[in-house]
Amino acid sequence: MSAPARSLRRWPWLSRWPGRNNEGYLAALLVLVVGVMSVVSPAFLSVHTLFSVIRGATVPWIFAMGVLLVLVSGGIDVSFPAIAVFAAYSAVAVTTARGVDAGLFGTFALAMAVGCVLGLVNGVLIARFRLPTLIVTLGTAGFFRGAMITFVGATYIAQLPRSLAEQSTRSLIAVNTEAGTTFVHVLVVPVLILILLIAWGLKRTMFGRTAYAIGGDPEAARRVGIPVQRTQIVLYVLVGALAAFGGMVFTIEGQAADPQMLMGIELDTIAAVVLGGASIFGGRGSVLGTVLGVLLVQVINNSLVLVGVPTAWQRATVGLLLLIGVGAQAFAGRRPRRSTASGSPVPAAQPEREQVAS
Amino acid sequence: MDISPDPRPVLELRDIVKTYGGVHALDTVSFTLLPGEVHCLAGENGSGKSTLIKIISGVETPDSGVIVVGGQRHTSMTPASAIAAGVQVIYQDFSLFPNLTVAENIAMPRHLALGGRLYSARAARPVAQAIVTELGLRLDLDADVEQLSVADKQLTAICRALVSDARIIIMDEPTTALTGAEVTALFALVRRLQSRGVSLIFVSHKLDEVLRVSQRLTVLRNGGWVATGAARDYDRDAIAGLMTGKEIDTSRVVSAVPLDAPVALEVRGLGRPGAFADVDLVVRCGEIVGLTGLLGSGRGEIAEAIFGVHPATTGTIAVGGHQVRIQSIPDAIAAGIGYVPADRLTQGLFLDDSIADNVAAACITAFAGRGRLLDRTRMRTLIQSIAGRLRIKAPNLSVAVRSLSGGNAQRVVLAKWLMTKPKVLLLNGPTVGVDVGSKSEILEILRTQATSGMGVVVISDDIPELYSACHRVLIVAGGRIVSELAGDAVRVDTIEKRIAA
Repeated sequence: MSAPARSLRRWPWLSRWPGRNNEGYLAALLVLVVGVMSVVSPAFLSVHTLFSVIRGATVPWIFAMGVLLVLVSGGIDVSFPAIAVFAAYSAVAVTTARGVDAGLFGTFALAMAVGCVLGLVNGVLIARFRLPTLIVTLGTAGFFRGAMITFVGATYIAQLPRSLAEQSTRSLIAVNTEAGTTFVHVLVVPVLILILLIAWGLKRTMFGRTAYAIGGDPEAARRVGIPVQRTQIVLYVLVGALAAFGGMVFTIEGQAADPQMLMGIELDTIAAVVLGGASIFGGRGSVLGTVLGVLLVQVINNSLVLVGVPTAWQRATVGLLLLIGVGAQAFAGRRPRRSTASGSPVPAAQPEREQVAS
Repeated sequence: MDISPDPRPVLELRDIVKTYGGVHALDTVSFTLLPGEVHCLAGENGSGKSTLIKIISGVETPDSGVIVVGGQRHTSMTPASAIAAGVQVIYQDFSLFPNLTVAENIAMPRHLALGGRLYSARAARPVAQAIVTELGLRLDLDADVEQLSVADKQLTAICRALVSDARIIIMDEPTTALTGAEVTALFALVRRLQSRGVSLIFVSHKLDEVLRVSQRLTVLRNGGWVATGAARDYDRDAIAGLMTGKEIDTSRVVSAVPLDAPVALEVRGLGRPGAFADVDLVVRCGEIVGLTGLLGSGRGEIAEAIFGVHPATTGTIAVGGHQVRIQSIPDAIAAGIGYVPADRLTQGLFLDDSIADNVAAACITAFAGRGRLLDRTRMRTLIQSIAGRLRIKAPNLSVAVRSLSGGNAQRVVLAKWLMTKPKVLLLNGPTVGVDVGSKSEILEILRTQATSGMGVVVISDDIPELYSACHRVLIVAGGRIVSELAGDAVRVDTIEKRIAA
């Protein structure tokens, strides 16, 4: 007992290992995957891979932040890809059709305004009518995609407005390697700022804390005077804006506005967030865990490509990761909870639970 | 504690009326709370206590009537305005956030009420620490609330109320899930709160406790006011009489069980390391056997082992003379053992499902008709007859169990197990959280079941209840059965002495 106790005093962060949401295990797993892959395929451990993972993670990070907010508050959202497409495609399509260029910020603002409105639809349905979030967002997802194709358009826009197209090829860092030039896109900067903002918002603002409280027990939240409905509505509006932001970044990176884009990204995103330690039952989850979860999914996807696994199996792998994440939560959730049954004795309870866990 | 001669009430309710769908939940009820007093609100389930609390705390709006808090007249309250007026409710489920730390649970609602927009865990901790220290409590501020014991959750809820400047604290059934020692600690805390000038409304079924802690009491029955007076002017039976409007029989009623009656359950040398050892237990058909002991004695573990929740590692179990191997709950059910768990609301029921579905849950396979489809007609008739027999009070059998009172919910659990026609029924705290009237009815149901040939084991803290219904009482201490009382030796004082020994 004494040796670990001493080391805890010397490194206080060790006492918090592995973190409230097991971020430590996730980081260790990430290091493990990278280590194994470096041995299996020497080409893996390179700047090229690093940049490719960061590029691949940029858009998922944005969506994951939205999913994290919803999960923390006790819901689940599958409509964010639809909102992303609707908002980004509409913003580009409307400006292109009129032959105007709203500029980089103008187009983003337009898209995010649309995202807010669509998020508001989700929020009102969920908060005011207390409907299950999965079903509401499943319904709105279908509705948003359909409505966009009917009312906005279904044509692939290959030529983005100039202000956006300019950004498509702008790099933050570009490095020349034997395999060619590899780069990190400049849009990773606003995304990282966004992530820090959300981390701050969840930890240090009452809005963030009430989101956790609602996820923990909505009835208790109501009873202590938290405006549950208002908080939920604001939250879904925020998630709508985030989805729109993600849609715009995706559009710029892809150098085209495709009405069919982002199909099925909800699986990858939710898997990453759940792997990152956010609870599907609400009330738990962290930005750090989510960032790591997205990285893990990206690294694994990259690795699978490198060792030549067919694309179809990558989908299966992501699905499996989601199940592992949920399974780990169910397993961990069984362990720490102390029995509250009045009939069970306190001293005998401890060894017994360890038996269950092992 | 003395009350000053002419105290201005801190809370006054005048002629409150509340109806739900034409039914009077409260019919012109008035209530006053004096500064620094503990005022007990007594009444059976459905008497209107909960509705009255909801009106004071702003969760429900009265149809008519006036609420005066701290000199301010209101026709209704909102949760926020009630909190602002210094009213705090310690709910039966505590209404804490299981995913947040103790410190945040205590400090956050106050911060919210003060209109704070930013939050700092580092700033919240001293606020929580101050109140915990002031009350002389030991609470791990950095633990998540879901890891706490029931008693610590309650203390957290009390700290939260005090941090939010509570002047009126309403405690809804605060002792239901507590042990004797924890109840004593709670009452000591209640007296300390009184000396700080806090007034408390104490809602409880347990009449002994009510008399121990409160200065005044108000009794409600069927939504109407029945009596208000100084607690010292009443005794247990008088309050029970006011609550139910009839005499309650707490005398000992046990049937005669012949010595050669067949053995329903025979347990020999049962043990599990760290929990209990060498447990021998014989229950004859028609017999009700009580199992009691302090919390931590292992009495609940023994029952859970017999039912296969946490199987025993040594010893044998025989049901109806046949040895059975019990490694899991299905094993136990197949052997003819039924178990009503301690925390019926979380362990025994599907709260959002209907009464009928809950009753059918344990024996659903028995209704498999042709082609493994359910024989719904047969199921419905049987459920109806058993619900009638147990007198489950509900508009119909398809209402959700969540909407039922404690006594009725307990009857649903009983019905569920009686449907499986067990040979042995184990009950852990069968009348915890149940009012006086329902309690004697539940004991009567157990007596009837025993008479029809079932072996019944009751695990309970409630000594008058053991006295009232059990043929024999076994006392568990340190995981072993240390004492057995039978026949005339089953007396309240004897049981108390043996448990304390």
